[in-house]
Formats: sequence, structure tokens, C-alpha cells
Amino acid sequence: MNRITSTFSILKAQNKKALIPFITAGDPEPEMTVMLMHALVQAGADIIELGVPFSDPMADGPTIQRSSERALHYHIGLADVLTMVAEFRKTDSVTPVVLMGYANPVEAMGHGNFAITAKEAGVDGVLIVDYPPEECEEWVQQLQDQKIDPIFLLSPTTPKRRMEKVAKLAKGYVYYVSLKGVTGASHLNLVDVGNKLAEVRSLISIPIGVGFGIRDSAAARAVSELADAVVVGSRIIEEIENSTRSALLDNVNNLVKSLRAALDEVNSANSSQIVNADKL
Amino acid sequence: MKIYDLPDKHGHFGPYGGIFVAETLIAALDELLVQYQHFRDEADFQTEFTHELKHYVGRPSPIYHAKRWSAHLGGAQILLKREDLNHTGAHKINNTVGQALLAKRMGKTRVIAETGAGQHGVASATVAARYGMECIVYMGSEDVKRQATNVYRMKLLGATVIPVESGSRTLKDALNEAMRDWVTNVENTYYIIGTVAGPHPYPMMVRDFQAVIGREARVQMEEEYGRQPDALIACVGGGSNAIGLFYPYIEDNNVRMIGIEAAGKGINTHQHAATLVTGRPGVLHGNRTYLIQDDNGQIIETHSISAGLDYPGVGPEHSWLKDCGRAEYVAVTDDEALSAFHALCRFEGIIPALESSHALAYAAKLAPTLGKDQLLLVNLSGRGDKDMVTVAQQSGIVF
Repeated sequence: MNRITSTFSILKAQNKKALIPFITAGDPEPEMTVMLMHALVQAGADIIELGVPFSDPMADGPTIQRSSERALHYHIGLADVLTMVAEFRKTDSVTPVVLMGYANPVEAMGHGNFAITAKEAGVDGVLIVDYPPEECEEWVQQLQDQKIDPIFLLSPTTPKRRMEKVAKLAKGYVYYVSLKGVTGASHLNLVDVGNKLAEVRSLISIPIGVGFGIRDSAAARAVSELADAVVVGSRIIEEIENSTRSALLDNVNNLVKSLRAALDEVNSANSSQIVNADKL
Repeated sequence: MKIYDLPDKHGHFGPYGGIFVAETLIAALDELLVQYQHFRDEADFQTEFTHELKHYVGRPSPIYHAKRWSAHLGGAQILLKREDLNHTGAHKINNTVGQALLAKRMGKTRVIAETGAGQHGVASATVAARYGMECIVYMGSEDVKRQATNVYRMKLLGATVIPVESGSRTLKDALNEAMRDWVTNVENTYYIIGTVAGPHPYPMMVRDFQAVIGREARVQMEEEYGRQPDALIACVGGGSNAIGLFYPYIEDNNVRMIGIEAAGKGINTHQHAATLVTGRPGVLHGNRTYLIQDDNGQIIETHSISAGLDYPGVGPEHSWLKDCGRAEYVAVTDDEALSAFHALCRFEGIIPALESSHALAYAAKLAPTLGKDQLLLVNLSGRGDKDMVTVAQQSGIVF
């Protein structure tokens, strides 16, 4: 069992939901990334999504675009990101790390080379935003040969037929994009999310993470009632952006702790319900 | 030769093209493909498209024999396909008319577009006004500054121009921002891409709309010269005017097809936009194609005196035509393009766009190496009125 699957099964046994913070590698400066990753874990992160900076982040809103630009200011490339993961792994062999980014840096490194290097570095999953399942079956195989989980997106507009296709390829968890828009937008509709997730669950057996537009504890709490994992990106990047260097780790720590508390609060309150639901 | 039937049903031209977008856009692209394939074959759509091209755009555009310039160069005869005479002054309008008619039939009330120099933005604003749709144009804030006249032109036509402050603040960033808008407003919004790039079906659809250029040329060449040209020459940024001319000739193996990229200040400098000549394959803006990129796969800022060629990617069909050897791609510098620009002004009384001047520059190199009975058909894709300020600056003149 790899780190992602075991993390979800441990959480399930505890009736807890996974908290997945996202940061961009190299933001605000390369030296801080590994420290930030450890700080996220300390504050209660279950899985870390680590963004690979790209010059043209088409699916991201302004906040994550800026984080990518700050990292690119230091010329952080995919090879550097993998070095950071390896560094993180020296003192944390438990927390899953999922790389999230765009196709071209992976194409430039070469699919096979990437899969091997990522495995050696200790990467557990990879989500390439602009690799829909139709375009990457070979690459999925190369990842799986290295026991790396291919993570895929599902969106409010994904029809049933495509969900079935994703169900065949996806491992680890699927990432449900909670709104029609880019990362960091603020028009999350919980009723819509709930309805669509019911459909997703009927077709896909692995855990479901929900992200895009989760901006505070209340939203995180509400989403955690519907999903197996809550992904928070732009809100954390904003905290990084607005903090002085000396206060940065503390501020991020406090933010993630508050999100963690929100998730645990709802799940302890509902734990008996969830146990019952599981039995059904 | 085997019948050319690319792209395949997934939008692939060999290893290029395809649909490389986030899941949030897949449904919109599926809808677009289904609707396009439906209307493309519908008589009513084709009739209206042809009617608009004739009465609104002013087609067919003539083929003009540049006799004095050809004589001066002392070799092959240079013929010009006069896309510069179209309404709005370039080939761009062929595509925006086609896509606007499709948008209207799809029930979309709002169109968005990206633009670099502003030509595609103007062509989009024009058709939005013509068919009564709201129009939003994304334009890099650097380009907004450099192309103030075109920004004003779009505003006169009723469009809203949104300056894009991200990335290098140029065309590629405008394209990113238009994609983001489309993801967010996909129900009522149609995205008019201006070139043969982007995810499937755009490269195919834009090619089909622009192919009127080559289809007309085939008829006109037969009528005027009793034969087809020996070579086709067209500039390539994204590559829509070139594909428009080349496509109907792909199966004519004895007609050379030559695409001319922007070598900027030289392909050995980092200031050029010669994607096919110097780049390598990768994925950007929804398709796999040649890209100008660094070792980390980051997209590099490009340079060309001609804003319309200043793009780090290229249409995937050109990547395929390069690899399979059917088309040749070369690059000419800013200086060579400028010199051809001035030559056409003086010898023929035609002020060409700086983009088209790249094609002219290569024709000027090639013609003297060939016999006088050879025919070179150059796509004069646009007129140069928009380039007055840029060209004047090169001569140290400030208005």
C-alpha cells in the first residue's frame, strides 16, 4: 500500500477527513519550501500538494499565478522541485507528496525520466492539469510502473461517460474541482457540490478530494461533510504572500491549524452518523 | 499521394495537436466540436458564410502579379494573394466571420478573444458588432501600450478591452486569460481563437475557415495562368494565413509550401519567434506542438518586429507538415522583413503588413535563384497601415 492509500485508510478508521494544503515550490523563495512543507504537516496536513512552477498556468487564478511567478524569479524548475521533495523525505517518510502542475515541464524532462526521478525523490502522486485521461494513457502506465498515483480532475461539467474513463485510470484520489472557474475564485455552491459528489461516488471508488474556492474554515468544514479530502491552495498562498519572512511559518501554521480544527470539529460531531453510514 | 485527412477524430496531426486542457474545459470543447461538425455540413451555414465573405469581407481577394518587383529581382514571377484587401485589412476576418456565425447558431450572446497586435481583436470586435454580440478582448498590457490605435478601434466597435497584467503581458498571457474567462463563463460565452492553435477543434476549424484563401487561389491560378504555382510562401506566427493557403494544395506534391517565421534579431540571439526552425515539441495552450522553451520547459518570451508573429508556439498542423517534410520552414530577420516592406511600397504601391513582409522577404531571396517562368504565390496576409508607427520608429521618425 502506498502512502496516499494508507493515509486515507488511517483517516477513515479515525473518522477523519484529509486536509490537503497546496503550496508552490520555490514560493516565496526556494529555501523556504521544505520548511513550509514540514510546517504544514506539523499544523495538521495529511497530504501535501506541491505546485511545480510554470510560465503559463492557464487553470489558475491570479494568486497562484503570482506564486508561480515568484518561484520562476528563482528559475525553479521540475528538477529543483524533485530535489526539494527528496530533502523533505529525509525527515518525513510518512506524509504523501503530490506534485501538481502543467504538462510542458514534464514533457521537457521526458516521461520515463520524470517517473523514475520522481519515485527516487519520494513523490507519491502526480496531477497534471492539462493532461486529460485521453492524452496520457502511456504516461499513466509509466507512473504506475513506479508506483506513483496518477491523480485526475473532475469538474461540474464532467459527464458520466468521462467519469467512468477517469475511474479506470485514477489512483490515490480524484480531485473534484468545485466550481466553473479558476483556482481562488469565490463562488462555491455547496448544494451543487453535494449533488455532483453523489454522482461521482456512484462511479468512483477511490477517495474524493474537493478544491478550488475553499477560502475559510466554514467552507472547509462544509466541504469536509461531503468529501474525503479538502484541498486549500489560494488561501494559503495569500498568507505566504502577505506575511513577513519572520512571521511566515507561524502564520501558515495558524491558518492550517484552524482549517484542521474545522475539519475535525465536524467529523467528531458527526462520527456516529458516519460510522452508521459506512455500515449501510 | 494518400488522401490527406488530418486531424484524426481526437484532433491529432501525427503526434501533434490534441486536447491538452483542464477538465473544466473538456465539456465546452466537446460541445464546440459537435456543433461545428453539425453546422459545417449544413447548407444554410455554408450559404450564409459564403454570402458574408462576398458581401461583407469583399471576397474573392485578387491575385496580383507584382511585375515591376519581379523584374527588379530578376527571376521567378511573384504573385500576391491580396488578403490585405479584405474588410479590416487582413485574412483574420475570414475566421472571425465563420466563428461568429457558429457562435450565433450555438446561442452564445458573448464572445471573447485574445489578441497580440490587435488585428484578431479588431476582427472579433468587428463581427461582434455585425452580429450583435457582446465582445471582450484580452490583450497583454504591454501590447495595449504598443498598439493604442487598435485598442481605440476595438472600443469604437463596441468591444471591451481588458489589459492582462500576468506573465510577460503579451499575446500568450492574453490567451491564458481568455481561457480562464471561458472556463468561468462557459454557458453564454464563445471563445474566438484567432489562429490555428489551441485545443481541438480550433486548429481544424480555423483552418477550414481560412482555407477559402487556397481554394480561391486554385481557381484563380487556373483561370489567369492556366496552371498552379511552383511554390506557396506565407508567414507563420500561429500559422492561420499559411494553413489557409497551403491546405487546399497539400496533395499537390509538385507545389512547394514554404512557411516563413520571424527570426527577429537573428535566430542565434534569444530575440526571435522562429518556433519551427529553433524550437522543440511540447504542450502549450491546449495542444502539442513545437515551442520556444528553456531546458525546464518554461515558455520563453519571443521577439519580432511584427507583433502578429511574436508567439512562442505554432499551429500543430505546421509541426506535422514540418516533420513529414511536406512543408519547409525558414526564418527571416526584422531587417530583411523591413527591407521587403519598403520594396513593395516602392515597386508596387502596396504597403504590406510587417507579418506579410516576412513572406515577401523570403520571396525576394528565392526569386532570383529561379527561372523567369517560375511562379511564386505569396500570401499578402494583411496591409501595413497598422504598422506605420513601428516602421517610422525604425527610421528614427516619431509622429
